[in-house]
Amino acid sequence: MGAILMGGFPILSAMLLVPLVAGIACFFLEAHAARLTALAATLANLALGIVLWANYDIGGAQWQFVEQAPLFAGFNYALGIDGIALMLIMLSVFLMPICILASWEAISKRVGEYMAAFLIMEVLMIGVFAAQDLFLFYIFFEAGLIPMYLIIGVWGGDNRIYASYKFFLYTLLGSVLMLIAMFWMVNEAGTSDIPTLMQYDFPAAAQTWLWLAFFASFAVKMPMWPVHTWLPDAHVQAPTAGSVILAGVLLKLGGYGFIRFSLPMFPEASAQFAWLVFGLSMIAVIYTSLVALVQHDMKKLIAYSSVAHMAIVTAGLFAFNVQGLEGAMMVMLGHGLVSGALFLCVGVIYDRLHTREIDRYGGLSINMPKYALFFMLFSMASVGLPGTSNFIGEFLALAGVYKVSTTVTLVLTTGIILGAAYMLYLYRRVAFGVQKNADAAAMTDLNAREWAMLAPIAAAVLWMGVYPESFLAPMRADIAALEVRLARAAPAGDSMLEIGTPSGTNANAMPELEHDNTGEGAH
Amino acid sequence: MNLISSLYFSAPEIFLIISGLVLLLVAAFGGDKTARTVTILAVAALFGAAVYTTDLLTNPAYELGGEAWAGIYRMDSFGSFAKILIYLAAIGSLIVTPKFFAENGGYRPEYAILVLFSSVGMALMVSAVNLMTLYMGLELMSLSSYVLASFSRSDNRSAEAGLKYFVLGALASGILLYGMSLLYGFTGSTSYLGIRLALQGGLSMGATFGIVLILAGLAFKIAAVPFHMWTPDVYEGAPTPVSAFFSTAPKVAAVAILMRISLDTFGEHTLAWQQIVIFAALASIVVGALGAIGQDNIKRLLAYSSINNVGFILIGLAAATPAGASGMLVYLTIYVAMSLGSFVAVMMLKDAQGSQIEKISSMAGMVREKPLLAWCIFFLMLSLAGIPPLFGFYGKFVVFQAAVQADMVALAAIGIAASVIGAFYYLKICKVIMFDDPAGEVVGDTTTSNWAVLLICSLIISPLGWLLTKPLVELADKAASSLFFVI
Repeated sequence: MGAILMGGFPILSAMLLVPLVAGIACFFLEAHAARLTALAATLANLALGIVLWANYDIGGAQWQFVEQAPLFAGFNYALGIDGIALMLIMLSVFLMPICILASWEAISKRVGEYMAAFLIMEVLMIGVFAAQDLFLFYIFFEAGLIPMYLIIGVWGGDNRIYASYKFFLYTLLGSVLMLIAMFWMVNEAGTSDIPTLMQYDFPAAAQTWLWLAFFASFAVKMPMWPVHTWLPDAHVQAPTAGSVILAGVLLKLGGYGFIRFSLPMFPEASAQFAWLVFGLSMIAVIYTSLVALVQHDMKKLIAYSSVAHMAIVTAGLFAFNVQGLEGAMMVMLGHGLVSGALFLCVGVIYDRLHTREIDRYGGLSINMPKYALFFMLFSMASVGLPGTSNFIGEFLALAGVYKVSTTVTLVLTTGIILGAAYMLYLYRRVAFGVQKNADAAAMTDLNAREWAMLAPIAAAVLWMGVYPESFLAPMRADIAALEVRLARAAPAGDSMLEIGTPSGTNANAMPELEHDNTGEGAH
Repeated sequence: MNLISSLYFSAPEIFLIISGLVLLLVAAFGGDKTARTVTILAVAALFGAAVYTTDLLTNPAYELGGEAWAGIYRMDSFGSFAKILIYLAAIGSLIVTPKFFAENGGYRPEYAILVLFSSVGMALMVSAVNLMTLYMGLELMSLSSYVLASFSRSDNRSAEAGLKYFVLGALASGILLYGMSLLYGFTGSTSYLGIRLALQGGLSMGATFGIVLILAGLAFKIAAVPFHMWTPDVYEGAPTPVSAFFSTAPKVAAVAILMRISLDTFGEHTLAWQQIVIFAALASIVVGALGAIGQDNIKRLLAYSSINNVGFILIGLAAATPAGASGMLVYLTIYVAMSLGSFVAVMMLKDAQGSQIEKISSMAGMVREKPLLAWCIFFLMLSLAGIPPLFGFYGKFVVFQAAVQADMVALAAIGIAASVIGAFYYLKICKVIMFDDPAGEVVGDTTTSNWAVLLICSLIISPLGWLLTKPLVELADKAASSLFFVI
């Protein structure tokens, strides 16, 4: 249906082209014109994204909106999406206008270049999710380093140089080995077409090495403990919108890589290394949650909480079952919204007081009640409260992991409790208590622009929490296909779940009472 | 093999030699004031030669190439491909020269003539199929280069660069010649084909020594580790347009003869030279990257960068396959654009007095004052580092792919991991020009010729360059396949 409705209009290319053209234009524009252009372009891309979603045929072909053009030697310009990619593209185009709004006043120097960097970033993110050629994927994947390096290095905080280097070299080192693995795969399989490679059975011995090479890249992007250390630095030094895009979308590249490459292409190796992933995830959840608990810098706290949430994603992915995979995807989407929103919340007060020190605030619910309400909603969502987006994801992911290992689930759940601890502790120190700092007490509540940033995310968080079916439906067939692909390597699991025979009556049915009330009062 | 076809095949070189001699007369009678005219005429001559060679490369009638001058010269698509690159690189570096010397004084018409003769030498080298022709071409190139390096007579550094280049270059020529004589002694032939046939029975110890010594001499010419020591000093001391020339045209020529000798003449004894090439490749990548880190002189840094890049090119040679050779040619093409662009950009860094800025710290924050120049340098550096989507990545892409296809996964993995070290110092320049507070020293340059060359190079390395991949790879494949003919 989608392809027919679209009538061959190359919508994915259009979604790449709009921000690209606008980004190049922004280079040459004055500050205000650049802001308007960037906002218009990102909103246009959001509209295109909505058209894309509306025309996506749930239950139709696995790969839709496919485009191909033999432009290059050695690989193809091939685009196309499945449900998983669709959801992540939606996340990107949804967050992008919000990022532009968040930078409206906070960025005052070199605005044109800043907006250009963001728009190019959007091109590359959509490209990563839409690429259907292995090397095209790699190019988009790696190219994101350049705009992000500039965003951190030019518009970041005091220690931005160090952070930009660390970000760049860390992620580059992770990725180059993946490139070698890709060469090997393409040489072996004779094609660089991702859908074909997803069905190709590589020899199990080779899979081990290929898996490790891909893991080196995705683990750094994710980021997994112990290669997560670039993230807090990059987050703290990046401008607010940079953090939003970093946490909201760039961290998802790692998870997307696992679900698109590592799992379907190397099922045996994935099973072989599942325990490595579980082990790292368990350490990450506990360790980074504890680290988050003692942070004085709000951004750093949220950055560490991101590492913890991503650990739940990795654990869910390597559970090899539908619940785990769906849960991981939902955590990624939910975390993209919630952590982005939390960084925006930090940005709102940072713009007023120019500090991220938690101790410099306090009692904000008195002078900024509306802000406090939003902040509360997003804190609760981060904790995973039912009714918010993260609950769905975390519950599903943990249910999936439980099928494989009760121990891992136990540890991960402990991490969630710790997550509640650090988020509530943060919220108490910032929003509740006495107004101990006069300047913090004098801050004004949200203005219209900030409303426009936070309200859509809040609505999306609640939508995802109350009616997740909208988001699960497009991915269902793809995740089911992935489970089938993984079935031959799926681990046995220690939960020994057995489906009992239904009792025939409802659990809450009243027992057949004998209507002589003789026993009454006897016990 | 008659005279007409010989003349026809080697017409570009003959034409360039005649042009050079005529221009020499013009210079002798006209004096220094003809310098600009001579340069323009030399560019025109090189351009004509490039156009003619393009026809030889693309015309299906010459698909198979042909021998000329009784088997000492061979016209084939490999030679034509390399020659076009050489001519274009020479044109690029000539275009930016007059303005450079006009400001520093001391421009003379001999400069363009030396570049012309040097280009002829290189063209002979890549077309030679006889050790004697090869050596003649090599010396014609080298002698011209020594003079070019010391062209700024009043500049001590330039004189030092010329002397160093001469002494070490002569040593390398000696080593090369010794290798050639050993090879002649053990095979009884100086023609590539004769040597190849004579070696079919197996390698004797003497011939092995000959191969090793020839490789060592050529490694000096391409500035591969461990024969790279002259490069930073020469590139730093030589006038910047000369450095731009050195880092492009002679490198193409030297890599091309290395390819022809290794893959054609010694093509049946891959194992004899493969380990040497692997060592030189990895050592060049690592030394080029580590050496550059401490540099504060941008020209020295670019010299180390060229050592680093040679390492990547040699990865393609180590693969010893047609794909590897094709990858090397693609890499060379992109490298010429990147290197020429970088040196021209450096040339355009002028302070208020109009003298050239070479210190990296003086470039601090130049994006505020000279945004376009700064962005060009930014993208050139990241392209040299091989970060996609810039076109420099494609060069690495093809050579590493060739290495993996040749089952040299470990070599590819180590090489690409070492490239991350290189990324560090390119990032340093990016950081200085983009992030640091403005030093306010760079006032830039408005010379049209410089801008033209810089912008063309920047366009090639920009993502638009990807659109070139199809024709480029097609030509490079064709050129590479002519090295792998079966007797």
